[in-house]
Amino acid sequence: MVRFFGFLVGLGFVGVAAWSLLWGVIAYVQEPPMETVEHRFHEHPRHASFTFDGPFGTYDRQQLQRGFQVYKEVCAACHGLNQVAFRNLEDLGYSEAEVRAIADQWQIQVPTINPETGEATGRNAIPADHFPDPYPNETAARAANNNALPPDLSLIVKAREGGAPYIESLLTGYQDPPADLPAENRPGQGLYYNPYFANLNIAMPPPIAADGQVTYADGTAATRQQMSHDVAAFLAWAAEPKLEARHRGGVMTLVFLLFVTVLAYLSYRNIWATAKRKVRQTGPLDPANIAKSDHAKDQAGIAG
Amino acid sequence: MSFPWAEEYRPKHPFMRWLDDRLPLPRLVYGAVGGGYPVPRNLNYFWNFGVLAGVALALQIVTGIVLAMHYESNAETAFNSVEHIMRNVNQGWFLRYAHANGASFFFIVTYIHIFRGLYYGSYKAPREMVWMLGLVIFLLMMATAFMGYVLPWGQMSFWGAKVITGLFGAIPLVGEPIQQWLLGGFAPDQPTLTRFFSLHYLLPFVILGVVVLHIWALHIPGSGNPTGVDVKSAQDTLPFHPYYTAKDGFGLGVFLIAFAILLFFLPNYLGHADNYIPANPLSTPAHIVPEWYFWPFYAILRAFTVDFILPAKLWGVLAMFASILLLFFLPWLDKSPVRSGSYRPTFRIFFWILVADVLILGFCGGMPAEEPYVMISQAATMYYFAHFLIILPILSMVERTLPLPNSIAESVLHGEEEEAAPIGVKPATAAE
Repeated sequence: MVRFFGFLVGLGFVGVAAWSLLWGVIAYVQEPPMETVEHRFHEHPRHASFTFDGPFGTYDRQQLQRGFQVYKEVCAACHGLNQVAFRNLEDLGYSEAEVRAIADQWQIQVPTINPETGEATGRNAIPADHFPDPYPNETAARAANNNALPPDLSLIVKAREGGAPYIESLLTGYQDPPADLPAENRPGQGLYYNPYFANLNIAMPPPIAADGQVTYADGTAATRQQMSHDVAAFLAWAAEPKLEARHRGGVMTLVFLLFVTVLAYLSYRNIWATAKRKVRQTGPLDPANIAKSDHAKDQAGIAG
Repeated sequence: MSFPWAEEYRPKHPFMRWLDDRLPLPRLVYGAVGGGYPVPRNLNYFWNFGVLAGVALALQIVTGIVLAMHYESNAETAFNSVEHIMRNVNQGWFLRYAHANGASFFFIVTYIHIFRGLYYGSYKAPREMVWMLGLVIFLLMMATAFMGYVLPWGQMSFWGAKVITGLFGAIPLVGEPIQQWLLGGFAPDQPTLTRFFSLHYLLPFVILGVVVLHIWALHIPGSGNPTGVDVKSAQDTLPFHPYYTAKDGFGLGVFLIAFAILLFFLPNYLGHADNYIPANPLSTPAHIVPEWYFWPFYAILRAFTVDFILPAKLWGVLAMFASILLLFFLPWLDKSPVRSGSYRPTFRIFFWILVADVLILGFCGGMPAEEPYVMISQAATMYYFAHFLIILPILSMVERTLPLPNSIAESVLHGEEEEAAPIGVKPATAAE
């Protein structure tokens, strides 16, 4: 009975799936899917190598400081970094005093209330504060940006396929739209063509527009490429500040596990050495074992 | 339990004797996973995966309990509390990545465990109850994993919850009330998050309970083995401890190495980037996909695209649930008296087609619902149902199987302990 009903149910599902497939094939043959414009013009992130790639990768503190400088002087005007606290900047190699100064001089104030009147006001940031958002709310952000919302950058590297190389490609990827781009896909008012962006037209104006836009404190030549690379590295740190601890822990864990696994394998081989070859000498009902067991029982004074 | 030659528990230390007289818990453990459980001597490495699934469950429970100390099941703060775990909680990144990737590993070992059962006929008499309890565990795992993925309250959490609960909306008449009852509203929101957190904490312990039943039911007939031949004498078995504890120890080491590589070096590889964006009910992601372990079922769901008496969406939902529920009937669908696929040459071909089929379904389930992926998943869906409901029942009636070895010990003596291949020096007689 189970098989009979199973057979009917099976025929049902197979039949309906086949019916769907048939219509799918007919539609496919009559109207082969067109390659979408996004598919044709969209480009995958260029390859970019970072010091934190690979299992032994670590952050380059100098690079992170440069990237932070780019964030501070370019990105921070519109993009928040609300998961990161100023105190976290000590990971970049800044001293406690430097961090306090950075927080105190941050261009955006932390919202608070006047302790006497209770009115909303602002104060300078302290190291314990997270980076204050550049806009008080989403409406204000959209109003200031042609109705586009600049995303918070704390997790942007992990929140986009392609990670840090994507950020770098996007920042350096602004270009004039190709001549054969259909009219409806051409950037409209307030949009900019960028083949690395999913729908090709991004609302963010080219943020890193010219070489030397930032004057690096460490004297590195601030080319557009260099600035994009550095800020991508900084944002990777912002998204994954514990990466170095993770890599270190991973290497140590693997060394330990390899050692333990080799030991486990050797003890497995050792324990099984006799069992594999001499089947007869292992079962508790084998005469030799029964004799041994009886002897043990005699010794222990157990009857039976 | 099990065989008459099972070693009896004889505590040596006076304290253990004292305890055993009053609470025979050591005796229970000894009989369940100690020297008192005789196991066929010819198990291959595929028999490691049950223990590995148990370890994965334990890891999930331990990391999950600690994560729950820091997580906030509040729609306003849930996302930030996960980032708080990642950034400020001591070793919080380790706990969260271990828990997220631990779920994936739990599913990997469970899928291998299930396919081991399918190949070696582990679902057949007298182990039907073991098989069905295992399927209950699998269903509970899926519910738990789904609700766990909602907790970070990222974009995929929110939209995944919306799509999956929306499936119930396809059921006629009662569908929409059920959907609203599950969500606690018309769309995923605070009530959804709170109840999912509550259930996500509860269900692992239900799984643990069913695991106990699963092992209990297993110990009645004892473990199967690669030949599928019943245990006939003491020569066929070895005590679980130390033989299989040693083998499982090695298997566990390999498992942990693979797990550590993913956890420490590719922790976001199996996740979706969109879940690092906070949930936004006003912005739908371009492609809503569940976690990878649901992809085969997601492909089946989306394979039904044309109305036929019933709406296409309802067909998809029915097929998705049927694809798992039909496994409960497998012991009665496949009546071949030979358990092991090693002695069923035709079955073996179809088995490997099924493996490829499920992998193809998984691939299509992870792709956007575009051609040609939909057509491929339609063809693969047809094979999936045909395999279990049409091919296996017919095959089990007409297949000519290979001769089985007389006993497990014989197959081992001929040096076949690894694969239990059917080539015997002595021509063996076909069982049954």
